[in-house]
Amino acid sequence: MAFKIIASQCTQCGACEFECPSGAIKFKGETYVIDPKKCTECEGTFETQQCASVCPVSKTCVPA
Amino acid sequence: MSAPMISLQGLSGTTVFDQSPARAKSGGCASSSCGSSAKPHEMDSAVWEKIKDHPCFSEEAHHYFARMHVAVAPACNIQCNYCNRKYDCANESRPGVVSERLTPDQALRKAIEVANQVPQLSVLGIAGPGDACYDWKNTKATFERVAKEIADIKLCISTNGLALPDRVAELAEMNVDHVTITINMVDPRIGAEIYPWIFYENRRYTGVEAATILHERQMSGLEMLTARGILTKINSVMIPGVNDEHLIEVNKWVKERGAFLHNVMPLISDPAHGTHYGLSGQRGPKAMELKALQDRLEGGAKLMRHCRQCRADAVGLLGEDRGKEFTLDRLPDKVTYDASKRETYRAVVARERGDRMAAKSEALGMVKTAGSGKSLLVAVATKGGGRINEHFGHAKEFQIYEASPKGIGFVGHRKVEQYCLGGRAEDKSLDGVISTLEGVDIVLCARIGNSPEDRLKESGIRATDAYGYDYIETAIGALYAAEFGSEPLAATA
Ligand code: SF4
Ligand code: SF4
Ligand code: SF4
Repeated sequence: MAFKIIASQCTQCGACEFECPSGAIKFKGETYVIDPKKCTECEGTFETQQCASVCPVSKTCVPA
Repeated sequence: MSAPMISLQGLSGTTVFDQSPARAKSGGCASSSCGSSAKPHEMDSAVWEKIKDHPCFSEEAHHYFARMHVAVAPACNIQCNYCNRKYDCANESRPGVVSERLTPDQALRKAIEVANQVPQLSVLGIAGPGDACYDWKNTKATFERVAKEIADIKLCISTNGLALPDRVAELAEMNVDHVTITINMVDPRIGAEIYPWIFYENRRYTGVEAATILHERQMSGLEMLTARGILTKINSVMIPGVNDEHLIEVNKWVKERGAFLHNVMPLISDPAHGTHYGLSGQRGPKAMELKALQDRLEGGAKLMRHCRQCRADAVGLLGEDRGKEFTLDRLPDKVTYDASKRETYRAVVARERGDRMAAKSEALGMVKTAGSGKSLLVAVATKGGGRINEHFGHAKEFQIYEASPKGIGFVGHRKVEQYCLGGRAEDKSLDGVISTLEGVDIVLCARIGNSPEDRLKESGIRATDAYGYDYIETAIGALYAAEFGSEPLAATA
């Protein structure tokens, strides 16, 4: 269970990186990517996935 | 090559009276030049000290001083319908061009290089894309590094206000004494039409609920800044049919809470920018509509009329952008700050602005003693320094002044497509220039050819280069007296 970022839509604003409670998001090469091993889908921490809630582009942080 | 800057020679070359810098300071407040419409007695000297070198907070200073913006804080916590962050922040940048995002270290390198090359530099700002108070780690690191190297630089930030209350204490600690908050509404129902969502305390809010939270945070942030004596400028985007009438109410609210300046900016909604408003066909206001609203707001918080809605990475005097000269790939790897150019320039400005103040109050006297009830709208081609020193065909914008029984006031600027490109005059762009100058009575410039002069005349706009290189106010005063006064030459303050 993890989220992923659709790289072609990402604006590289980095908001998701600092909102992620699991430290799962990093800037790699050209874009931000989610480490599926670390992503918890924010379960138990927040009601909604933080990356998807802060991302300015809809359908960019989505279930993998 | 970008537009030439005012050179030091250009500034000190002509009309020099012997006046001390001290005169320049007191003179500043003895005229109507502080902020956009500040009356002399309304401004105390502590405030003038804060704004006298800040081109965005002082209309007078914008003739002399330059700002640079560094885009270090791209993350944002709200969505505005006039912004498409796939490209850039529509708030603070000319849309359509992606800014270079910088790390705090790159921003420091750029700031030093610009300070070495652009002696007019007085302010470093962090605006869009993104929100400087939300993307705080980057903002703070940048401010701390730059302030350590260039001690006298003024720091300023722009914010949508949502995260502002959390940052006021640190802003005050870091001596950030200019903050711009974008406030487009005080009624959350109107806010709901402008902001589709906000991200606050770990969740996304929408609709009136979102706008209510944003509104409350904006008001408390503003109050907290005022309580600490930090100067605030309120930016409002004028969106016809959505918040245009409502901005009168906004103006009252922000004035009551101590806002120093209110800057009403026109919505930019080109479909090509891909913003919600661009795509939904929401139009922006026309120049005369914007002016009409600004005129109705006079008497509330002081209005800023010289805003250029500059890019998030703009460098230079307002109205010009030398950002391209300072992109990352052009920066040397190692830079060392050299204060000498900035210091020399400041000494020249201190003297020059004293002269201009004196010339200005004389000109005001001429207008007042002309004893006419009429008003005159004048467009000026200038490269800075408060003088008429740009050729008509080279102007990328005109500064608009209004002379009336109340005095001589700066009304705003109007951008035009440069009419004369590489020595060739383009008829099409002259048509554009003429329509942009709608409502203007007279154009003042350093030089103009016969053919554009005639074309302007056919459209009812006079143009003259008779006052080339004079101070703007001196020329307008003389012009007004000649138009309406009975005995122009006898008129003095
Ligand atoms: S869903 Fe939550 S844990 Fe997973 S990447 Fe997004 S913010 Fe991080
Ligand atoms: S919040 Fe969205 S746009 Fe911003 S970096 Fe993350 S995925 Fe990209
Ligand atoms: S605050 Fe600025 S960056 Fe954020 S959505 Fe609005 S215009 Fe865009």
